[in-house]
Amino acid sequence: MSEQTFLDSLARRGAKCERQGPEPTWIAARRQAGAARFEALGFPTRRDEAWKYTDVRAIANGEFALAEDPDFSQTVAATLTLPIDAYRLTFVDGVYAPALSQLEGLPQGVQLVPLSQALTENHEAVGGPLGRLTGVEFSPFSALNTAFMEEGAVLRLAPGSVVDKPLVVQFLSRHGKSPVMSHPRLLVEAGARSEATLIEHHVGEEGATNFTNLVAELILERGAILDHYKLQEAPLGDLHVASIHAEQARDSRYTSFNLNLGGGLVRNDLISDLNGQGAVANFYGLFYGQGRQHIDNHTVASHNAPLTFSNENYKGILDDRARGVFNGRVVVKRDSQKIEGFQSNANLLLSDRAEIDAKPELEIYADDVKCSHGTTTGQLDEEAIYALRARGIDLQTARGLLTLAFAGEVLEEVKLDAIAERVELAVAGKLPERFNLAGLVEAAAAIDEQ
Amino acid sequence: MLEVKDLYVEVDGQAILKGLNLTIKAGEVHAIMGPNGAGKSTLSAVIAGKDGYEVTQGSITFEGKDVLEMEVEERAQAGLLLGFQYPVEIPGVKNIYLLKAALNAQRTARGEEEIPAPEFMKLVKDKLGDMKMDASFLQRAVNEGFSGGEKKRNEILQMLVLQPKLAMLDEIDSGLDIDAMKVVADGVNSLRAEDRGILLVTHYQRLLDYIVPDRVHVLVDGRIARSGDAELAKQLEARGYDWVVEESAA
Repeated sequence: MSEQTFLDSLARRGAKCERQGPEPTWIAARRQAGAARFEALGFPTRRDEAWKYTDVRAIANGEFALAEDPDFSQTVAATLTLPIDAYRLTFVDGVYAPALSQLEGLPQGVQLVPLSQALTENHEAVGGPLGRLTGVEFSPFSALNTAFMEEGAVLRLAPGSVVDKPLVVQFLSRHGKSPVMSHPRLLVEAGARSEATLIEHHVGEEGATNFTNLVAELILERGAILDHYKLQEAPLGDLHVASIHAEQARDSRYTSFNLNLGGGLVRNDLISDLNGQGAVANFYGLFYGQGRQHIDNHTVASHNAPLTFSNENYKGILDDRARGVFNGRVVVKRDSQKIEGFQSNANLLLSDRAEIDAKPELEIYADDVKCSHGTTTGQLDEEAIYALRARGIDLQTARGLLTLAFAGEVLEEVKLDAIAERVELAVAGKLPERFNLAGLVEAAAAIDEQ
Repeated sequence: MLEVKDLYVEVDGQAILKGLNLTIKAGEVHAIMGPNGAGKSTLSAVIAGKDGYEVTQGSITFEGKDVLEMEVEERAQAGLLLGFQYPVEIPGVKNIYLLKAALNAQRTARGEEEIPAPEFMKLVKDKLGDMKMDASFLQRAVNEGFSGGEKKRNEILQMLVLQPKLAMLDEIDSGLDIDAMKVVADGVNSLRAEDRGILLVTHYQRLLDYIVPDRVHVLVDGRIARSGDAELAKQLEARGYDWVVEESAA
């Protein structure tokens, strides 16, 4: 039984930690609760409604060790790191890598530290918020994460603080001798009226086959503004499961840019609880799957208070035998009047064998609301293809241009130009070689700068 | 350079062109006129290779090559370019991408190097100026949200950048006010060259006041009923098409 492999690994980890000294009791208790919950649930199967289209046997049947050191070539790391001016916290296979981090000059009132450090400094301050939004009940993976949790990032923004540069939390995945796993946590406490841009960047060495099981909890106090980029560029053999849960107080604004290019198996659960009037959640998503990539995005915008607003636009491009899942739920609680919840999902299939399962869901228990949802899946517009070919552009390039255009509709929402350009370039470059447009995009960008 | 011989074309099983003959030599401007439904747009669409037109008889050759054997993009790369009556909006595809990809496709087909960025930029900026268009237009999506006049200017801009050997312009004057028509006509006139043919398809004579053709053909019921010089267009303006239709029926 495959769960046993993970439980054994947990036991070994426990024995080792014990020799290093006791943990705070709350952590030990949660670890136990997580392990018990995971043992009771086991890995989800396709009989579970929430996992109907996503087979996690590649994870369940895997053997993943826990990485111990963050040794990584500076040169290689430099090629993987986003070339933008930012504060940076780096983890290598889940292990904090101070040598690859850059936290100097953080403005007053802004704290970005590895979880281990936050625990050492004041574990009680962590214990309050950690696990409040995503507990062990959420899923077998959140239970597993809680049982193993050790490292991650803690971001605290004092009320009114504004961060001048993006905060990058990067997760580097190594191509080691054998696969490893990590269970990072991301905890954001954004104080009232604070403003920040957080970039979660998953990237790694070609050939890596590691498993990342992340839990992110984002607490936005009154009027806080958080732009959260999740740039998924992990190697195509990597396995990635994440639960991202935002809690939004009055007048806060959370914007998620979920840009998924990499990873062999990716499952994201993105949830926002809109708890205070005037809270706004924006979910923008773009996923591009090729080969046998499997990308599953489950989102929930939960309108728990009147006058809350959610807006979602997800676009998927699937080539080869890639598979995508989009499950978007908008929930409007009783008495959540005068809310607006908009959702749209469009998917483009570039190959006959690519597949998408799209399921928009509306659950409305209030009567004075404005909601809409829609999903479309199709091929490229034949008339537009002809118009391009009639200018001498070959069929494959025409298809590439139109695919790029499709992605562009989400990318134009992206506020950081460096990210939008990087993803546009990646999409152009991912197009099958015969209609690779990277050169064209680069040239056009250069011209634009002149 | 273009030779259309005894061309029969059907659309959805219905005969549209019924034995059309047309020869265009380098340096000439030809105008195809005729009543609605005569098959004017069909002719240019078939030459450009649009789907849905079945050639049941006849041939089209361009510089000695069999056009009907060529893919749509090969025709354009060879220098046969059609300016559309109804240019398609292509959301998300920037004009600059279209122009650059099209120009490079043509150069690659000729075995030339791709155009260096600075040279391309200079070329495009010059032509934008000719068409009285703003540089910001390059970053806009092809035809998206363009007015009728802007779409037509954009078609001509593409011609100016791509420098076709044979430019075919389908109802390029439709939907244009007089100022826009002058800009478009100036653009077309600047394309006139000894080594280039131009084929204008138009319903009205007014365009031909600005672009004076060498030859005018009247298309009636799928074949050319009458040919003449620019004077013929003026006659049509004065007398309408009925007399040609009647003569050809007789």
